[in-house]
Amino acid sequence: MLRLVRLGSQRSSRYGAMKGEAMSDLYELRCRECGKTWGNSPKSFCEDCFSPLEVSYDYDSLGKKVRREDLAGRTFNMWRYRELLPLAGDVTPASAVGGTPLVASRKLASHWGISNLYFKNDAVCFPSLSFKDRVVATALVAARRFGFETVGCSSTGNLANAVAAQAAQQGFDACVFIPADLEPAKVLNTAVYGARIVRINGNYDHVNRLCAQIADRFKWGLVNVNLRPYYSEGSKTHGYEIAEQLGWRLPDNVVVPMAGGSLITKIAKAFKELTTLGWVEAKPVKFFGAQATGCSPISDGVKRNLARFEPQKPNTIARSLAIGNPADGPFAIKLIRESGGWAEDISDPEIVAAIKLLAETEGIFTETAGGVTAGVTQKLISQGRIGAAETTVVCITGNGLKTTDAIAAEFPLAEAIAPRLDAFEAYLDNQFAAAAAAK
Amino acid sequence: MPVTIEIPTAFRRFTDGTPRIDCSAATIAEALNDLTTRFPALSRHVRDEQGQIRQFLNVYLNEEDIRFLGGEGCTLKEGDRVLLVPSIAGG
Repeated sequence: MLRLVRLGSQRSSRYGAMKGEAMSDLYELRCRECGKTWGNSPKSFCEDCFSPLEVSYDYDSLGKKVRREDLAGRTFNMWRYRELLPLAGDVTPASAVGGTPLVASRKLASHWGISNLYFKNDAVCFPSLSFKDRVVATALVAARRFGFETVGCSSTGNLANAVAAQAAQQGFDACVFIPADLEPAKVLNTAVYGARIVRINGNYDHVNRLCAQIADRFKWGLVNVNLRPYYSEGSKTHGYEIAEQLGWRLPDNVVVPMAGGSLITKIAKAFKELTTLGWVEAKPVKFFGAQATGCSPISDGVKRNLARFEPQKPNTIARSLAIGNPADGPFAIKLIRESGGWAEDISDPEIVAAIKLLAETEGIFTETAGGVTAGVTQKLISQGRIGAAETTVVCITGNGLKTTDAIAAEFPLAEAIAPRLDAFEAYLDNQFAAAAAAK
Repeated sequence: MPVTIEIPTAFRRFTDGTPRIDCSAATIAEALNDLTTRFPALSRHVRDEQGQIRQFLNVYLNEEDIRFLGGEGCTLKEGDRVLLVPSIAGG
């Protein structure tokens, strides 16, 4: 049962001390524009200049608290980096999240004519098979700390899955808001955990605007609204793992799918932190952003060198990237430009082709967002933006089982045959004949 | 045209706690000017030094982002609602 508690008279408490606020925190919220600090509370924007907040850390103290060597005895999941995350001192994370494979490519690297290609495969992230498990994990730690009983989100699908799964596991009520046309598999993968699903007639940006109003009115922990600074820190663990799995070194290039634009900036933050702490050697890393052409406000902003990106109405099969007004768009554009990287986008047929190519060559079945990232990587290589000898990591962020409708038409069911050997031999003859005719 | 501007909680410390105002405006620009004339402390939070609506402030006419409606020059009709959302989140 949802606890429909309006803020009402409790509204003033949002701006004061919150439950669980600890003076000993080595982190606090800081405005990304004016730099003002706000302690720790469930808020996502600076109340002075209304720009986004993010978590900042006392790196001097962190460096004394944990060393890289301390990680050696820890289980390989995202909590092995716990000192670098916004967790209160007494928190015991509820479940193992992250710790996904970094797959060294052989076939696709060869196919594309490069030598050092890796796929960071969050298609197998637990519990809900996308990198959103990481961000929800840190968001729910914050939700618990701030005393929320109901959590939720605006979602293009993967986030709803992750919120529903982890809320069920940890005893939160969950209420998620999604565009009404979301893929059926993603809706089912949320419903099964018992979450309340509110379908909105509109695109993600309509859902998101509504959730901003809901967070203003109800005392709920919306992970990507009022808990967003804590939520987005979870993305850093994708970057920490890449560095550690490369032997505590940074890659030359990272190709990252972009929806709201947060992940790419948080991977950059992760690399910067590891460098600050002396855990990796400093080196320039080029950040490349990937979008679908049908929703490409960030790549458009990069390619046209816009001072401000122009929002778009999404129209693509890559619904998990279909955010026309990306919250971190300005920061993603700045990062990509300053790193010497680039952003590209590909069409829906190119996305489908890339999903198939990744599956056939590497055995990785990714959702449409992963198709975008793989296809854009191919495009960047063909443009000469990614060098053949450079170390390149491609971020695969979700599982193909969630978006089977996007590729179902590519694989029509073959006609069934009788359970007899002669029927099978006839089937083979037909197959050979068809193959010969196709040549 | 008589329209309503809805003011989010975070802005209300600049509006003496007022959650919404009714005003008469022909365009979004006029409505915002009316708002910041009534509450001058809000002015620098709505527009930047170049007079543009701040990058992280989102303005909606009814359910739609005004950037899809031609920007702040878009015209209003009687009963329209103008909504301000600071620093849209999500993603």
